[in-house]
Amino acid sequence: MVEFSDDSMRPRYQKLIEELRCPKCQNQNLADSNSAISVDLRLQIQRLLEQQNSDEEIKHYLAERYSDFILYRPLVDQRTWFLWAAPFLFVLSAAIAVILLQRRRQSDIGEYDSGRRVAMSAGDRERLDQLLNTPSEPR
Amino acid sequence: MRQRLALFAPLMLFVAVAPFLWLALDRDPNELPSARIGEEFPEFSLADLNDPQQLLSAADLRGEVALVNVWATWCYACSIEHAMLNELASLGVKIIGLNYKDNRDEATRWLQHLGDPYAFSIFDASGSLGIDLGVYGAPETYLLDAEGIIRHRRVGILDQRSWQREFAQRYQTLASSNVD
Repeated sequence: MVEFSDDSMRPRYQKLIEELRCPKCQNQNLADSNSAISVDLRLQIQRLLEQQNSDEEIKHYLAERYSDFILYRPLVDQRTWFLWAAPFLFVLSAAIAVILLQRRRQSDIGEYDSGRRVAMSAGDRERLDQLLNTPSEPR
Repeated sequence: MRQRLALFAPLMLFVAVAPFLWLALDRDPNELPSARIGEEFPEFSLADLNDPQQLLSAADLRGEVALVNVWATWCYACSIEHAMLNELASLGVKIIGLNYKDNRDEATRWLQHLGDPYAFSIFDASGSLGIDLGVYGAPETYLLDAEGIIRHRRVGILDQRSWQREFAQRYQTLASSNVD
């Protein structure tokens, strides 16, 4: 159990070690890893908390040394904004596509209801007239 | 016609994504990008391994192009790497040791036994300088220019091949520009 001078640091500590990645082992966070470097970094985070550093300062401190690799939650900056924005952009473009398709279909139905003819080539019309006006041969 | 083109959308999507996938094949996800490249070696104040009375600092690393090699007696790969370091030292490459989270007696015995390629070794028992450097495993090797700025970093064993591929040219360039 990690001891803190102030109990309010415990949930912050827990959150930090869950959000920070073990540099040695790519698929584990600091909380889950027992590698030597994770033990050291957990200790260092505890120390930094006791020195009244904010969560942001602690993340910055570690990213400065171990690169952004250590952040499971990447920072929003000019390299990562697209990554963060991508889900919203995808949803937005899907919504636009749905709206456009819906509109198109609505206008097709509208044309039909208002009696306007759907565009038809002269040849088609001729064939249709022929079919409609030719009485079927009696047997 | 437009309908036809729409059928090719999945293919075009694949073609757009494929270069990224292809690039990622060659990437080692275990390798950390170096956060300290182009920066000065972090400040420190630690004792010399062989002389506990002697305090070392970042200023002691300046003045000459040098390698800083992170090593420890508990590190098996370091024992494999040691012969290469001895050879480089005999060729006149200045190597500074960073004895990382180790025991002083065992470390000095190791150097007596295997030879000492280091101009001197910094004794970092707690690993605090290691954290400042972003060390996450030994061995690691850093190339420093004469101003003490980190120019390259290698995580893992330094052998003939990695020396040729990653260090030789950089070392030559830095060393020759230092003479001018």
